[in-house]
Amino acid sequence: MELKPNEKLNIKEILKDIENYRPKRRGWHWRDGVGEKRQIGKFEYYDSSENLKQSQPLPASKYFENIDPQPQPVITTEIASGRFEDDIRRMRMAAWHGADHLMVIRTAGQSHFESLIEGTPQGVGGIPITRKQVRAQRKALDLIEEEVGRPINYHSYVSGVAGPEIAVMFAEEGVNGAHQDPQYNVLYRNINMIRSFVDAAEAKKVMTWADIAQIDGAHNANATAREAWKVMPELMVQHAINSIFSVKVGMKKGNICLSTVPPTAPPAPSMRLDLPYAVALRDLFREYRMRAQQNTKYMESSAREATVTHVLNLLISQLTSADIQSTITPDEGRNVPWHIYNIEATDTAKQVFNGLDGLMSMIQLKRNDSELGDKVRELKERAILFMEEMLEIGGYFKAVQEGFFVDSGYYPERNGDGIVRKIDGGVGEGTVYERDKDYMAPVTAHFGYNNIAQYGEEYVANPSKLIGGSTLEDPDKIIFIDELDESDNVNVRLEEVKDLIGTTKLKPEMEWLGDGIILLTMFLPTDSRTAEFAALEIAKKMNLHDCEVIHKEIMQEAEGTRIELKGKVDFSIDTSELVIPPKPEIMSDDEIREDIDEKPMKVVAATVGEDEHSVGIREIVDIKHGGIEKYGIECHILGTSISVEKLVDAAIEINADAILTSTIISHDDIHYKNMKKLHQYAIERGVRDKMIFVAGGTQVSNELAVANGMDAGFGRGTKGTHVATFLVKKRREMANED
Amino acid sequence: MKRADDFQERRKHLADLSEDQLEERFWQLAEKLVDPIVELGQKNTSPSIERSVLLRMGFSSVEAKSIVDNAIDRGLIGKGAGHIVYKLADKKGISIREAGLLLVEGNAWEEVKPLFEGGAK
Repeated sequence: MELKPNEKLNIKEILKDIENYRPKRRGWHWRDGVGEKRQIGKFEYYDSSENLKQSQPLPASKYFENIDPQPQPVITTEIASGRFEDDIRRMRMAAWHGADHLMVIRTAGQSHFESLIEGTPQGVGGIPITRKQVRAQRKALDLIEEEVGRPINYHSYVSGVAGPEIAVMFAEEGVNGAHQDPQYNVLYRNINMIRSFVDAAEAKKVMTWADIAQIDGAHNANATAREAWKVMPELMVQHAINSIFSVKVGMKKGNICLSTVPPTAPPAPSMRLDLPYAVALRDLFREYRMRAQQNTKYMESSAREATVTHVLNLLISQLTSADIQSTITPDEGRNVPWHIYNIEATDTAKQVFNGLDGLMSMIQLKRNDSELGDKVRELKERAILFMEEMLEIGGYFKAVQEGFFVDSGYYPERNGDGIVRKIDGGVGEGTVYERDKDYMAPVTAHFGYNNIAQYGEEYVANPSKLIGGSTLEDPDKIIFIDELDESDNVNVRLEEVKDLIGTTKLKPEMEWLGDGIILLTMFLPTDSRTAEFAALEIAKKMNLHDCEVIHKEIMQEAEGTRIELKGKVDFSIDTSELVIPPKPEIMSDDEIREDIDEKPMKVVAATVGEDEHSVGIREIVDIKHGGIEKYGIECHILGTSISVEKLVDAAIEINADAILTSTIISHDDIHYKNMKKLHQYAIERGVRDKMIFVAGGTQVSNELAVANGMDAGFGRGTKGTHVATFLVKKRREMANED
Repeated sequence: MKRADDFQERRKHLADLSEDQLEERFWQLAEKLVDPIVELGQKNTSPSIERSVLLRMGFSSVEAKSIVDNAIDRGLIGKGAGHIVYKLADKKGISIREAGLLLVEGNAWEEVKPLFEGGAK
């Protein structure tokens, strides 16, 4: 099976024969070609990695020969729709935009599930992580990585009370990255702390065997603490505990990634607070990897505001370092993230890193005798004092019991509002058992005491030899469960949307195929509360259902409110019944040139009315921009803000074949009004049927330009070759009429 | 506990340390905190660890859960769930998978207990 860029990924094809699928490879992949300078298009990049074979570049790349420079860090996008089959399509889109770390969020509640979940049930705010879903997604990614030309890291969570089993399943199925941090279980999932750490040791050992990169869970303290910037000393302690614990279990430091978030966001002076923390962390953990997460704590429903915060977070990554750059979808504050925002977030990271490329070759952080240096030291000292006190009172478990963690005080300040967990409390309490002297486990990647020697010294180095190899050596031993629930599985879901798969039926979609969700943006000239309810009424009149205002922003208390509203349409359209005008025809350069050689052509061009925007007209005319001059067309640019009278008079004077006008300003339809004026004046002067009249501009449509007396209108994305093709064809047409 | 920020007082013993010494101290303390926890992991097991062992021995999640729950009920988990399956297979001269499935069906537990008697607890 191979993917073709112009063909949809076929989910049924992915699911076919899934019980026998084996992943292509194992282990984490860092981007190739990092640390070398690279010529891409017209520029030399200092901080890039290898280009992709196929990709979707940034919108502005069309001005730069469609280049798509790939930054150095692995770029993450987190996908969480609840339906793995729809997530797969989103993964492909994200990979084309440059994401190579696809993180699948787990459904709510899986942490407390003793055992693996099987089959393909639908999740809430994520998917239930099951073998079948993991295998299907890995299989799809194996194809997608071939398509884009870069290995893709697939990632989920090894936590909860089934951590070791999930780790084994991930190792078997070729998962490349995972969150694993027992502190997360303890603090945020109220899982018993003894159980959590005992399980973690085994899980980490399995992850180590599979070369899975580990991400810790410390960043959650940012999101939980009342004043996130005050937990910085504690964050360093949490990172240290999980990191050194992992090392002692056997994990290599190069696979241990700290999940670190700049703690604050504007309007706080965030760079001044966040930068010392970022530097201190990278000092202390220089042998480990940095997974730079973006701030979610202060996210509201404004996608714009979130994006600005994330750009500042990316600046911190560039000023310090990031091995993995995570991204947060800017719509996370308003709904479960949609397809388009995963793409936006991925593009934001790529765009910012492209723009910041090589910055550090020109600037330097001021470390000595500076506020930055002082703050860095202070943070380290506060973290040390934190650990000293933990040891004083009796160690980690005691400290958790005393509410040391996620206290909103800036340590050593304490506010008494930390999370308290009891050593003998929580989910899974009393489920840790001492291993007897003859305890034995005949498998690979098992942590701790294992009396395998009782069956022969020859098994000590490789316990699974005792049973002729475990699933890690012999994947054919894996027992695959397909589905356990007849009514809640992918087959049932695909059946429900079968009209939309492989047919000409089309429905808008944000999360799931056929969900029908659309987003409306509007300005209502009234106060915020009235606006909210007015918007709902407007949506109702538009026949949308399940409507919800997902964002509102006051423009001015009395003058008006910006509203963003989501709703659903319950119809689909049939693309086979659409009347789609043909794409503009383009003649070959040689054909145009030949025509002009035989019969020279003269044009006059200008921006008309009160419009000083000459970029567009130069783009179309100028030989440097591939404009119509290159075909030998004689062009006279009269300038900007030229009156229609002067333009027509000049055309008559030089006996021009055509008049090109450009208008960017479209306020009050002034661009169309000027077209009409031009048309009428040309009639008055008796030249309307002797010359070709062409109007262009970003807001111009061909239909409306023609309706206002022009021969053609050209909008956004027009190139010189489009206009030249039209001029040549129209001239031939006019000659035939004569 | 509530406490005002007494950082200036508390840091006195760190004031003269170089940045390198600070970092060294940071990691020494971290190690001291986790050493007893690592030991806990070495000496103990849990239902999830035992289920993960059985997965690696070629059992499904459903089968693994059944065997581990039964082993706990019978006070045998300290032997290792995989160990139980191994011993039963060895005793009966059948494959690991066959032995595990007997346990899942609940038919062989009576035979298992005597296999571990005499073994040091």
